[in-house]
Amino acid sequence: MTIALDMSRRSFLGRSAAVAGGLTLGFHIPGLAGDKGAALAAETTPEVNAWVVIRPDETVVIRVARSEMGQGTLTGLAQLVAEELGCDWKNVTTEYPTPGQNVARKRVWQNFSTGGSRGIRESNDYVRRGGAAARMMLLQAAANEWKVPVGELSAKLGVITHAASGRSTTYGKVAAAAAQLPAPADVPLKDPKDWTIAGKPLPRLDTADKLNGKQVYGLDLKMPGMLNAAIKDAPVFGATIKSFDATKIEGMKGVRKVVPVGNSAVAVVADTWWQAKTALDALPIVYDTTPNDKVSSETIAAMLKEGLTAKEAYEGNKAGDVTAALGSAAKKVEAVYSFPFQNHATMEPMNATALYTAERCDVWCPTQNGEAAFAALVEASGLPADKCDVHKINLGGGFGRRGMTDYVRQVVAIAKTMPGTPIKLIWSREEDMTHGRYHPITHAKLTGALDAEGNLTGLHMRISGQSILSSVNPQALQGGKDPATFQGLNPGGAEGAFSYAIPNLLIDHAMRNTHVPPGFWRGVNLNQNAIYVECFMDELALAAGKDPLAFRQKLLAKSPKNLAVLNAVAEKIGWNSPAPEGVHRGIAQIMGFGSYVAAAAEVSVDAKGTLKILRIVAATDPGHAVNPQQIAAQVEGSFAYGLSACLYGECTVKDGRIEQENFDTYQIMKADEMPKVEALLMPSGGFWGGVGEPTIAVAAPAVLNAIFKATGKRVRNLPLKNEDLRRA
Amino acid sequence: MARLTINGKTIDVDADGGTPLLWVIREQAGLTGTKYGCGVAQCGACTVHIDGAAMRSCSVTLDSITPEQKIVTIEGLSNDSSHPVQKAWLALDVPQCGYCQSGMIMAAAALLQQKPKPTDEDISTEITNICRCGTYNRVRAAIKQASIG
Repeated sequence: MTIALDMSRRSFLGRSAAVAGGLTLGFHIPGLAGDKGAALAAETTPEVNAWVVIRPDETVVIRVARSEMGQGTLTGLAQLVAEELGCDWKNVTTEYPTPGQNVARKRVWQNFSTGGSRGIRESNDYVRRGGAAARMMLLQAAANEWKVPVGELSAKLGVITHAASGRSTTYGKVAAAAAQLPAPADVPLKDPKDWTIAGKPLPRLDTADKLNGKQVYGLDLKMPGMLNAAIKDAPVFGATIKSFDATKIEGMKGVRKVVPVGNSAVAVVADTWWQAKTALDALPIVYDTTPNDKVSSETIAAMLKEGLTAKEAYEGNKAGDVTAALGSAAKKVEAVYSFPFQNHATMEPMNATALYTAERCDVWCPTQNGEAAFAALVEASGLPADKCDVHKINLGGGFGRRGMTDYVRQVVAIAKTMPGTPIKLIWSREEDMTHGRYHPITHAKLTGALDAEGNLTGLHMRISGQSILSSVNPQALQGGKDPATFQGLNPGGAEGAFSYAIPNLLIDHAMRNTHVPPGFWRGVNLNQNAIYVECFMDELALAAGKDPLAFRQKLLAKSPKNLAVLNAVAEKIGWNSPAPEGVHRGIAQIMGFGSYVAAAAEVSVDAKGTLKILRIVAATDPGHAVNPQQIAAQVEGSFAYGLSACLYGECTVKDGRIEQENFDTYQIMKADEMPKVEALLMPSGGFWGGVGEPTIAVAAPAVLNAIFKATGKRVRNLPLKNEDLRRA
Repeated sequence: MARLTINGKTIDVDADGGTPLLWVIREQAGLTGTKYGCGVAQCGACTVHIDGAAMRSCSVTLDSITPEQKIVTIEGLSNDSSHPVQKAWLALDVPQCGYCQSGMIMAAAALLQQKPKPTDEDISTEITNICRCGTYNRVRAAIKQASIG
């Protein structure tokens, strides 16, 4: 644990004070989550260490580096720090450090990136040590004051007691002295079985302001003198602007400036955003032609189809000799599946606010990746890093989209043309929908070999389609291969292993990238990989004449964690007893994001083909569970996200552009279609898995398998809205 | 200049008559609890009450509103989050990211005003707001909790 030196603390405060002092913000403190007075009070209270500030009034300010976007990480990470700190949970509030401060302090808060369900599983160790180190320093400070051995002191709920002399003090009283002490070298952690704050279903810390309109999202920022910007990027990805005629809109009410942004976008800056958008809609823009103009969903599908049988492919998982197994199979089963582009469609459209002066540049934005936003800001502003900072604002949803920094670069480019004026850039829903970083499009061909007894002796799974890393992070490719494509299909490892024991196996990827940019979309590649594998498992079980549950159980005999969650959902839904009249069941399991998950679904399909998803039972083994009620919320939310994708999620391409521009054509599942979700939390200990994403992956296959039971129709191409579900 | 009554206060706003009420509320009245989500009355994030009825303010223009009409936004639902819907929402920890919740709460409050004991079907029919975090089941449970007081 790095302890904060006085000098770094001063720079931390100096920077915040400079920003706040120079601007007199309409809202509280830039980039501050939780309590509104935290930073101001913190300015007179030295931090105990980077993670903990304790004020004289006993308020405990816990710093959280990851972004809160609804997943509850602010509360969960604070629980872990508070657990080791031994404070009174009632006194806890939180704040975000800024990425600039993190860089200035040699990344004392480590990773800011919030994605991949990594918040708690990746940072639990160092945030707990932060809390534990702070507790040790507070105790030491009391021991020094009383001149007694620290070993004679105990702490509970923020009160330090010396039993021998009957003296007691509080964290708030010794915090200033503790801040002067060196960080302890050896910081032991509690056994999770002794937890009293972590592991409990505590209410979130950030609910109250979400009920009365007080919560400030990026879209809501107000600053004195601020102007608003609307932007339009080229509708065809890769196209550039040939010309635009600013004179047509310059006289419109409120319009201050028309600004080209890069070579593909143009922004209008106006007094209000509605004025900016209205003017932008009236701006004539001519784009250059590009070869991408000819790309359509049909041409992309043809390219992916070719990949299904292409000679060259990257191997992700290989065992035995699948060619021989298929050659000698008693029965061969083959199927081709597909999964479309999808937009994240966060409820709050992309936005960011920037203030650029000759001396410095600050950005206030909802971001899942503060440090990436910071790097984008530094690059776009052309200023030294110590003259820039990003202040994180609450996110109105993220789902992976806000890990990207396109909107940060845009707002800085606009603000640079108007030094001294804060600029708030808001994307319209149409801009957001047509300039996403889409869920990658893939097809998959699965070929299975069954022996005479119906045992699965071989499986070849060929994936054809987009690689996310090729677009987002090409340095992470391994000899051209995108390892992330094989999420949940890996030969082993803690992240997402393919758990079925199949003697002859080949899972490979013919990479076929499109001009439509892909991105990390909640659940990422586990989503479609689970659909492909888990629906095909049902196809194999059917061909083998076996029950889908029993077929899986046999293949998972050596994977006890997978088996435990699978069996739990089967038992809870009553798999081995008959379903009610007209009700049909499906089941699925997978490992991903470090956790083991399974789902069972009950559906009905009437004579008109109308689907009703009646009930979901979902089990999760994340190793350790930090806040069970929030995990339940994440599981419910995962089914809303995964089933919305299954029912409706699809972005299509025509003339090089995304066709769906708003929620009227990009439909989202609503309350009327949301099934009852029974979340079974089965933390088995000994490892840390994520919970924000994994159950999304089992949502669709469990339902699709139930639909097959109900209708005899095997849906292999999503979304379901394109399918006629009347019984064949 | 147009005159509006928002949360019991009269305000004069200088905006074109075609400006959506949503943007008048946000940019002229300065009340940012009402959210922009789609602009085409699909998502419900902008839901406010106009004379007690839930309306999607993105699709109501300024010139269609009279000064006598009573507009209530999330900020005016109660002074202290004491509306039964807000209390139920807090008790069940409904919000995740929270962005759609102002609209959800306003829609729920209007539903309960009209149907104090809504059935599941009433909730399904009347609560058509989009939530991407997927709080639907807690929304449903909280409406029921609010309905029993």
